[in-house]
Amino acid sequence: MAGLTIRNLVKRYGDVQVMHGVDLDIEDGEFVVFVGPSGCGKSTLLRMIAGLEEISDGTVSIGDREVNDVAPSKRGVAMVFQTYALYPHMTVYENMAFGLRQAKTPKDEIDRRVTSAAEVLQINDYLERSPRNLSGGQRQRVAIGRAIVRDPEVFLFDEPLSNLDASLRVQTRLEIARLHERLKSTMIYVTHDQVEAMTLADKIVVLRDGRVEQVGSPIELYERPANSFVAQFIGSPQMNFFTGGDVATGPAGYVDGDTLGIRPEHLIACDAGAALVSGKLELVEQLGEYALAHLITAQGSEFIAKMEKPPAEAYGDTLHFTAIPERLHVFSPDGLSKRG
Amino acid sequence: MTDRQRQIWIDRAAVTAAWIAALVFFFPIFWMVLTSFKTEGQAIQVPPLLIFEPTLENYLEIQERTNYAKFAMNSVVTAFGGTLLALLIAVPSAYAMAFNTTHRTKDVLMWMLSTKMLPAVGVMMPIYFLAQKFDLFDTRTLLVVIYAMMNLPIVMLILFNYFREIPKEILEASRMDGTSTFNEIRQIVLPLAWGGIASTALLSIILCWNEAFWSIVLTTTDASTLTAFVASFQAPEGLFWAKVSAVSTLACAPIVVFGWMAQKQLVQGLTFGAVK
Repeated sequence: MAGLTIRNLVKRYGDVQVMHGVDLDIEDGEFVVFVGPSGCGKSTLLRMIAGLEEISDGTVSIGDREVNDVAPSKRGVAMVFQTYALYPHMTVYENMAFGLRQAKTPKDEIDRRVTSAAEVLQINDYLERSPRNLSGGQRQRVAIGRAIVRDPEVFLFDEPLSNLDASLRVQTRLEIARLHERLKSTMIYVTHDQVEAMTLADKIVVLRDGRVEQVGSPIELYERPANSFVAQFIGSPQMNFFTGGDVATGPAGYVDGDTLGIRPEHLIACDAGAALVSGKLELVEQLGEYALAHLITAQGSEFIAKMEKPPAEAYGDTLHFTAIPERLHVFSPDGLSKRG
Repeated sequence: MTDRQRQIWIDRAAVTAAWIAALVFFFPIFWMVLTSFKTEGQAIQVPPLLIFEPTLENYLEIQERTNYAKFAMNSVVTAFGGTLLALLIAVPSAYAMAFNTTHRTKDVLMWMLSTKMLPAVGVMMPIYFLAQKFDLFDTRTLLVVIYAMMNLPIVMLILFNYFREIPKEILEASRMDGTSTFNEIRQIVLPLAWGGIASTALLSIILCWNEAFWSIVLTTTDASTLTAFVASFQAPEGLFWAKVSAVSTLACAPIVVFGWMAQKQLVQGLTFGAVK
């Protein structure tokens, strides 16, 4: 097992630079999730760690060893692909054994490792089946099994759940969490789904346009986003932003031109006198457990308030909200959080 | 007429047209086989005979006067040999082009295909002299090489397209699993593209089998194939229709039977079930 150090990592395709000097430290045994919108470079970063993309500049080290010029199979990493990428002409057993056979592992050792991985993933009944005859969830387990048998120092997951349906996604997410608990290996997981990121990660790396926006634990990112991009990306429904005339009296440190961020779940209904922000009620989404009120300020900024019960007011009426100061986020015009 | 009735009429018309087209294509073959069982006299009779007493005399005479088996063997060796050689060159090339595509790959393919636009007769003299120089004239080896070169562009193009259907992630997964390039081709690419390779091979074999120009130009007796054999039945005194028909039937029969048998094997069994 080993941690991972990335220093000033750069990726260029011809003249186009897509990674702009990424620095990252991943501890041994940590579960790290790369999130960001599509095209942010999270998959490229993962593939550079895997050795499937060449490194234009900078270094990737696994443990104490720089692996820039080491073949993918010799880096001590194993990857689970979004499309599973199982070998369609081999049985489940052969799929899992393939890498070990390439490494000329003795037969009984292969057998032992495949059987034990199959037991962990509860796929021992399918070992002689071909991938074609498996469901999406089963295929995903085989793909994970193929990674486990190689006993890697670092597991790499590239959006492994995006081809599964919603209920299976929740179930497989839990299984991956359990797997990490059990194996205690370093795992790096790429997703664009912030719920997966929040639930799985010890540490989240938010990427945008080939740059790291913020690194931190899920709760740190939620409570203290470094900038408005991270604030918007983490949390669902996303954070509301108010500017200028939207805000009655801003909190300490709030000056003209700044943006005030308040999460929908932190807005508290109040009287007009105590209001921090006010808006006309446009639509209410009733979700049973809670309701989402969609509102619009006099300035025309849309925002959402998460409420325990749907408001009694009719559409078109004005509602008033406040929030406790600790829950307020102030961003300067360049998008950086003023909290520091 | 309702829409439904109109649709029925359109369907019937289409089926009828298909049948007519099929019969038009089939008729010459049918007539060739029929004529091969007539006597020379019956063969040139006008109006043509449809009902007659079939005879095997043409076949027997060919068997007596010539060595059909030798020509057939030459056809088999050159068709399979040429195809094998073409595949040996095309598989690694198509692999390189399909999985390491650059913006010039399409140009390279087009350039290779453009050599097929050249009339074969244009390179007849140089190849003829080269064959003599290397002492390969009238040998099977020469035909094998010529046939391989002749089909290489098409074989490459088809394999390239089949290989590109293999999802890239599968090859990346095998790279993560530590396969060498050779093993990657042998254990991943070839099994996955097997159906495509088999049908490409079949096409190449048929093209080689039916090739006449080079066989006639570059062989005299030892390495002549069945197409040259058929051509040799054009005697100066004129054509013997019944015998030529019998010879042609003998030349076509093996490849038709082979194609019919292989057809069932060629149904692409492997769907890429592991990738959604």
